[in-house]
Formats: sequence, C-alpha cells, structure tokens
Amino acid sequence: MFEIHCPYCNEKRSEIEFAYAGEAHYVRPTAQEQTEMSDEDWSRYMFIRDNIRGEHAERWWHNSGCNMFFNAIRDTVTDKFVMTYKMGQPRRTETQIEAARKNNAEQKAKS
Amino acid sequence: MSLFRKTGRGVVDDSKVINFTFDGKAYQGLEGDTVASALLANGNHLMGRSFKYHRPRGVLGAGWEEPNALIAVDRGKGRVTPNVRATTQEIYEGLKAESQNRSPNLKFDMGAFNNAFSMFFPAGFYNKTFMWPKSFWDKVYEPFIRNMAGLGPAPDADDPDVYASTYGHCETLIIGAGPAGIAAALSASKSGERIILVDENAHMGGSLRSTPNIEIGGKPASKWLEASLKALTKAENVTLMTRTTATGYYHDNFVALAERVKHHIPNAKIGKVREALHRIRAGKVILAQGGIERPLVFNGNDRPGIMLASAAQTYLGQYGVAVGNEVAVFTSHDSAYQAAFDVADANTRIAAIIDVRSTIRDDLIMGATQRGIKIIKSAAITKTFGKLRVNACEVYEPESGKKTKINCDAILMCGGWTPSLHLWSHSKGGIKWDADLAAYIPDMPNENAVCIGACNGDFGVAAALSAGHKAGGGRKAYKTNEIEFGSGVVLSSLPSYLDSSKQKAFVDFQNDVTEKDIKLAVSEGFKSIEHVKRYTTNGMATDQGKTSNLNALEIASKAVGKPIEKVGLTTFRPPYTPTTFGTFTGYRDNELFDPTRKTPIDPWAEANGAAFEPVGHWRRAWYFPKDGEDMHAAVARECKATRESLGIFDASTLGKIEVVGPDAAKFMNLMYTNPWSKLPALGCRYGLMCREDGYIYDDGVVGRMAEDRFHVTTTTGGAPRVYRHMEDYLQTEFPELDVWLTSTTEQWAVIAINGPNARKLIEPFVEGIDLSPEAFPHMTLREGKICGVPTRLFRVSFTGELGFEINIPAHYGRLVWENLFEAGQQYNICPYGTETMHVLRAEKGFIIVGQDTDGTVTAHDAGMSWAVSKKKRDFVGKRSLARPDLVAKGRKQLIGLLTENPNEVLEEGAQIVDDPNQAIPMDMLGHVTSSYWSEPLGRSIAMAVVRDGFDRMDETLSIPMPGKVIKAKVVKPVFYDPKGERLNVV
Ligand SMILES: [Zn+2]
Repeated sequence: MFEIHCPYCNEKRSEIEFAYAGEAHYVRPTAQEQTEMSDEDWSRYMFIRDNIRGEHAERWWHNSGCNMFFNAIRDTVTDKFVMTYKMGQPRRTETQIEAARKNNAEQKAKS
Repeated sequence: MSLFRKTGRGVVDDSKVINFTFDGKAYQGLEGDTVASALLANGNHLMGRSFKYHRPRGVLGAGWEEPNALIAVDRGKGRVTPNVRATTQEIYEGLKAESQNRSPNLKFDMGAFNNAFSMFFPAGFYNKTFMWPKSFWDKVYEPFIRNMAGLGPAPDADDPDVYASTYGHCETLIIGAGPAGIAAALSASKSGERIILVDENAHMGGSLRSTPNIEIGGKPASKWLEASLKALTKAENVTLMTRTTATGYYHDNFVALAERVKHHIPNAKIGKVREALHRIRAGKVILAQGGIERPLVFNGNDRPGIMLASAAQTYLGQYGVAVGNEVAVFTSHDSAYQAAFDVADANTRIAAIIDVRSTIRDDLIMGATQRGIKIIKSAAITKTFGKLRVNACEVYEPESGKKTKINCDAILMCGGWTPSLHLWSHSKGGIKWDADLAAYIPDMPNENAVCIGACNGDFGVAAALSAGHKAGGGRKAYKTNEIEFGSGVVLSSLPSYLDSSKQKAFVDFQNDVTEKDIKLAVSEGFKSIEHVKRYTTNGMATDQGKTSNLNALEIASKAVGKPIEKVGLTTFRPPYTPTTFGTFTGYRDNELFDPTRKTPIDPWAEANGAAFEPVGHWRRAWYFPKDGEDMHAAVARECKATRESLGIFDASTLGKIEVVGPDAAKFMNLMYTNPWSKLPALGCRYGLMCREDGYIYDDGVVGRMAEDRFHVTTTTGGAPRVYRHMEDYLQTEFPELDVWLTSTTEQWAVIAINGPNARKLIEPFVEGIDLSPEAFPHMTLREGKICGVPTRLFRVSFTGELGFEINIPAHYGRLVWENLFEAGQQYNICPYGTETMHVLRAEKGFIIVGQDTDGTVTAHDAGMSWAVSKKKRDFVGKRSLARPDLVAKGRKQLIGLLTENPNEVLEEGAQIVDDPNQAIPMDMLGHVTSSYWSEPLGRSIAMAVVRDGFDRMDETLSIPMPGKVIKAKVVKPVFYDPKGERLNVV
C-alpha cells in the first residue's frame, strides 16, 4: 500500500485514494496527424507500451481525493515512487530524476 | 499432577486446572498451557499425521514454526478452525481439539499405507503418474487426488463470528517482544513518540520465557522482564499488543497486524469481535522476529518425541513441562548444550549428547561433566525406534564404525539457527549469506526498517538486548551470565552407514519431503531453487518451510555443485503465518461486503412486493409479481399493460453527468460519435460513445439544457467509467477546453412514464410546460414543475410508446412517484421492473451496451452507422474505425432472429451455426445476445451477433442445443411498430 504524493493536493495520501492510469506522455495525435498516420503507426500508438524496467513514467488519478490526473516516475525495480508532477508538464529528464532521488535520500536520512 | 509437570515454573498457574478434549478424550491442563504443552504434560506426544505418508507425528517445535501438530478447533457449526498449531492454541475450559489427516483415528490410520509404499511416491510423483490414459482423469485420478488433497476440514456452514478492522499510525512499530524488541521499546519510549510493540504470543518475553534463570545485570531474567513490561505498560505513548501477528509488510511501512481477540476465551459469544486486522502505517519499523532452530536431517528424524532442542527448553521454561524422562540430545551446534543443561537441571535424565563435531568447547564439556552427562563426539544418530513414540536410537561413530543403541523417550536436535527474515523479505530488504552462521542475514533495507537481535544474526540475550536498546535510540550495553551462544557446523548430509535410498530423513515435515526427494529433483534437472521447491513441494505447506528452507537449500546446493549463496533463497510472501479469511474480511461481510445503492423509490418498490436484481452496485426492481405470478407471467402482464395503456418505471439509476462550459459542445463532439454543434437548446439526442479503439463503450440520451450545458445520461453500470473516461480526456488530452464535469447521478430521481395514456397522466400535475405534441415533440426536453417540484422533463422513449422521463431532485422522487401512481389508477397504471424494460426495448431493437455488445462491437456492427458523424474531423475512436480489421468483411453484426417455432425462446449466449450436421468443432457464426417472449407479438424474439449478419437477411440458421437443433430466420432487429407510429399518439 503505497503512500503517493499528489502534486495538486501537495500531500502524501494512501494508495486507496488513487487509481493507476497507464503509461504517461503518450500524446494523442491531432486530427490532422491521425489522417496522415499509417494504420501501423496508429496501432503502435494505440496498443504498444514500453513496459520499462526502471524509471517508468506513468499516470495516476486521485479519484477519491481532488479528482486530478497527474504524472509520476516510479522505479519498477524497487517499486518506489521517485517523483510526481502535474499533468501537462514535460517528461522528466535523467538529471531531474537523479536530483529527485538524491532529495528523497536526504529526506529519508533526516527522518 | 502429572509426571511430566514441573511445578512452579513459567506462565502456567498451577492452581487453575483447565479441562479440554483432544480427539474426544478428556485431558487436564493448566491455565497458560497450549494444547501442545498440556498434552505433553500428560505424556502424550502423538498429535498428528503427516500429509503424504500419514506418518505419526509429535511436536517439532513449541511455537509458530510448528509443522506437525496441526489441529482443528471445534466450536460448533460453522465455527471449526482447521490447521491451528497445537503449539500456539491456548487451552480454555471446554476446548474441543481434533487431530487432522487421519482416518479413522490417530493411532490407527488407513492412509498410512502410503508410508509402506513410499518408494512409489517420490518427488514429482503426481506430475509423472496422473497423466495417461485420458479415461482415468475423472474416474480414477481426480477422486484419488481429491481424497489426498487438503489439510483439515473445510467449513460446512457460514461463519457466524464477527471480525473487525482498524487503521493505526505510529512513529515506531516494533515487531517481536523478545529481549531485542523489549529493549528497543524501552529506549524508544523515552522519545515520547507513538510506539507499538506487538508479539504473536500470549505473553511477551520471547526467548527470555524459555531461559528464565539467566541473569541480566545480576537480576534473574524473569524479574527483568516483569519490571520492563510494567514500565512499558505505564508509558502512555506505548501500545502493547499480544496475540497479534504481523502477517505482511507492504510498501511504505504499511504493516498488517492480525489480532486473535477471542481465541483463548471459553464460550466466546457470537457478536463479539473474534479477530481484528490492524493496518498500521509506521514511520520506522524495528524487526525483532528472532530466529528458528534448524532440525537435523537423519534417518527416522520424524518420530513422535523427536523435537528441536529449543522447543524442549520452551516447554520447560514457559510451561513447566518435561518432554520425557530420558532424553537424548543430537546436535551440530553449541546452543543445544544450554538446552540440555536446562533439562538436566530440572531433574530429567540426559541419556547422552551426540555431537557430530570432533572438538567441543571446554566450558560445554565442563558443564556436561558437572551434570554427569555423557558426550559422544564425532557421532550421529542413524536410526530411531518406536512406533507411535520414540523409545531408542542408534548412535553411529564413523571413525570406529561402532553402533550403539541408546534408550530414550525423546530426542532433542539442533542443526543451527536460521534468522527469521520473513517480514524483512516482504519489505524487499536485501539479504546476504553469512558463512559463519551458515544462514542468510539482512543486508540493505528497502524501507525505513532495521532488523535486530537473532533475526539480524545477533544471537544470545545480551547481544539482543544491546542491539534493541540501540535501535530504540539508546546506547545501553547489557551484561548477562548466559553460556556463550557459540557456533556450529552445517553438514549437507550427516554421517551414516546406510544406503541413502533406504533412509527416511525428513526435511519438510509438513509436506513429507525427504533428503532423497531433493536430490532426485536436482538429478532430474531442476537447478533453480524455486523449481526444486515447486517440484518437491518443500516449503510450500502451511508453515512455508520455516524449519526446512535452509536444510533444503543446503542439500540442493551440494547436489547442484554450487555454493549456497549462488543457489539463492526462495521468496517469502505474506502472510507470515496462515490467516483466516475472517481477518481479511473484517466488517465487509454479507450486506457490507459491497455497498448496495438504492434509489429514492426503492422503499416503495419493496413495499409493493418487487423482486429485485443487482445492476452494478444498484439494487433494482426486477418485476412486480401479483398473486403468486412467476417472472414470466408478471413480465407478460407488465408489457401488455404498458403497451395498451400505461406503465411506470424507476429509471433513477441511469448515470448522469452535467457537462458545462463555453466549450461543452466541442467536448461532446470529441467524446461522442454523434454531432452536437447543431443540436438546439432543449433538444435531445441519442449519444453513442466509443473508446479510442473504435468499439462501443456506452450510450444514452443527452439533453442540451443551454448552449453551454448538457445533461448527459449513461448506462446504469457504466456511469463511473464514463465519468473517468471523460475526466481523463479532459485533463490529459484536451486541457485547453473550458469545460466542467459533475457527476449528478444521485442528484436526480428519474421516473419513466410510458404508454398511450402517458401524456394524459402527467398533464394535470405539470406547470409551465405546454405538453401538446406540437409544442413538445419527441426527443426534446422542457423545464418546469411537476407536483410543484422543479423538473427537467424529457420526451423520450425506450419502449416505442409515447414516453416521458421525469427528472426531479432525488428527495422528491418518491412523492412524485406516489402522486402519479395514485392518479394512474384510472388508466390501470402498471409499475414495471428491469425485465419488462428489457423486453420492451428488445421489441424495438434498442441495444443494451454490455449485453448486445461486448467490447468488440463497432457502431457499424450494431447497425448504428447513423449515429456516427461523417463530418466531424475528430472524435475518440474515429481513427480506429478506419483500421483494416474494423472495415473488413466477416465481422459479427447485430441482427434479429425469429425461431421457426414461435413458442421456442432461445437461450441467451447460445451459439449459432450454418449447418448443424457439420463435424465438431463446428464453425460458429456468432451467438444470441438477447432473447425474450414477446407478449404483444405472441411469439419469441431474439437479437444476435452473426458473422456478416447484414448479408444474411431471411437466411435460416441453426442453434444446436442439448438434444435438439433450433432453427431461426435472420430478420432486421425491429420487431414491433417498425415505423414508430406509436410515439405519436395524441
Ligand atoms: Zn490530489
């Protein structure tokens, strides 16, 4: 049972308040792009996901809380959340993820 | 007092005799006894039969690791708890305990024939044997396996007991109240923060209870324990929980504690909480789970009377019970000497200490000499004797080849110690191999957690106390007078002159896995320890291999020829010990299992004799039987009454979402296949929703209240997922749209009035709305009042009759319903339920999403291409509808079916074929999705999805059923009033 930090509530809340919502940063093609896309490319957008080992960008929904969808980086090896950030913000870079990891470790050391 | 009771010791009260029965026979024990300690005090070691070979077994341990002594505790009908450890069940007046896995009784067991034929039951026996011939599967093999499978009696009635669950929070959770855990609590309590200390046993103290005579700082351990527990009880920030097992350790320091509230109480009343699950979120977790002694793997090591050395120490120290009169000790580790000395000091004869090692510590030799105990070095037990209880053993000295028979009525064995890493492993903490201990110990943590004491590999009381104090934030160093805990050797096989194939040396006692089985598994090609485990079933019994895993690993690693740390350890998973379903269920039983949603009109339906059915979480009126009618008769009457005059239906469960904002129409255009821009205010439209994959997801009538406001309805079951689907797209893909979504399902009660007299009925009650057909045409809505209550009045029809859906604020639902029902008497108004609603809509060919569609049906497949806009540039699902598979020939399409025999009603789900005489497996064209008797038409009707169904109009297809083949003609799925004239009655 995770404790998940909701970037909108700015609070750590229990996992039962949330629902997983799939891999993040798969942007729906515009109407124009859709008409120009091959069937193969469309299928790839629809059905193929990365299933990453390690830092996985994913979406969560605070459905029993503020009702907002947000993004998260979760390490699928340790099964630990590294960071969460608001919907619409760009994919986190390696540097940003590393900084978040460092920050988490410092917080942990303090407690 | 029995021969085996040593008075004045431990937690038992010598003055309080408790009566209980075991297998129907009356026994006496003392308050504080477990079933096992009380039986041992009576000289009874035989407590169970093993799973595979039905071998007689006594206790191996004295606690939660016990693999053999499983009992069922019988508290009457529905209250039999199987697979309880006799070593942990406290006795109480009137307790009824039964042994398991034996027939007809423990002393004479028919199943023991398996033991005589044990050469036929090697590892993988089931996998190898129950294969062929096929004809044996259900007649021979299955009955045999069913008879063999399972441990203990399955419940035969509902459990009437009450279970509870709570949440809790603390800064520090300490699991295990032995010396380490108690010292940790003592020092942590100084902080003033919330501390929870839990222990699975009835009394805190752990190993201190087994060794009450050692001195801590010059004081007897028993006194130190008493003073410490008193201090902790007094501390307001410390919560002490006994009889509470930490069963699982989950993410972010979330720990499940299962408390046995009433397991030790006689005549516990139904209605009082029996077990409770406490879900604790802790800032820090201190694991002080202790260690488990390892058995030695030798021929005949499972006879009743043979047990772990520490178990004998516990029976003596905690319960004042001697496990025999003449005890042999067999060890490869120093720690058994303390056990032997404790037993000897309580005036039990030690026949000999048999040590596999050649050199033994001087202080141990001295201790033995002082007590007159003989030590046989470099030796091993190679045989044991006795039928239902050990009476002698054969000691073999390989150097001289000498064999000696020694009489004994108990054997204490010690093969070293295994730190308990169970919860640490649940938390995904790392482990590393410790060659000195010959065991895995904790490595890096994955949570804010620490292991202390024996579970960290720090054995001995002084080490545990000091480590505990440090973990709690203190720095006290404790001194004791205990014998140094010491070390041992681990041999992957003990010396013997016997052919290994002739030996019965048990590794996993509960699943009857022998040394031979593990070697066989390796020789048959199983190299991974996870595979060896599953093939031999070692460690897969209800004790999860607490006493067997390391021994199995040792044997497997030797057989594989790899060092143990390269073979790895099997994964521990929750629960740590078997946990009842009641604990997990808690309060969520019967009507609380899942919430039942009821409409405001539900009490009226109940008062008027409705039969109900569940739809999603809702309870809906299904039909209203009159005068003993069955469902068929009631539905036929309700359909007829509605079509001929007037029906009233509670549609409040329809999902409702208010879509509001300047971009509301734009958003609707993206979420639904239909066009919305041109729908005028106060207009209604049937909306069809796809997922991005192009398949039908939901449908419902949408009313446009204003330019910027839509009243969307969804299917009853689909409301939550449609709302989520909309929010997801709005927040993630279309955040630039200025739109707000609000679920309003429970804000509106909805009453559907259908039938030729619908308008006449409501007319007198309506204010501010011109109901004339010209002013209020079909598929429009108006706002006004009904019965003085504000309403959104929709003129829509899901029946094909003149119809209105009256939306009113939910708390007025029943008032309006009752007014209309009373006034409707002049038209013979008929309340109907969901079944009639289904029939009436099927007569019109309206689909039910989820019944006539199954997540692979497109709008075109459902014959609803008209609902898909050709002009819109974009909507969710549009691009997928152009995928080659979705436009290809051969798709299943929704059609109507009329059976040749009009009285034959097809079964929903029945498969449809072209030629019923073709060979099996037949080429199946599709299946029946909806099928009913239509009273107005005087015949059956059905809808079905059939491959290329649109091209098969007027074809006759076959539906093979048991014993017959039903023929049916393909038709358009509109059976009643195809021109829709009935909507227009004046
Ligand atoms: Zn939130």
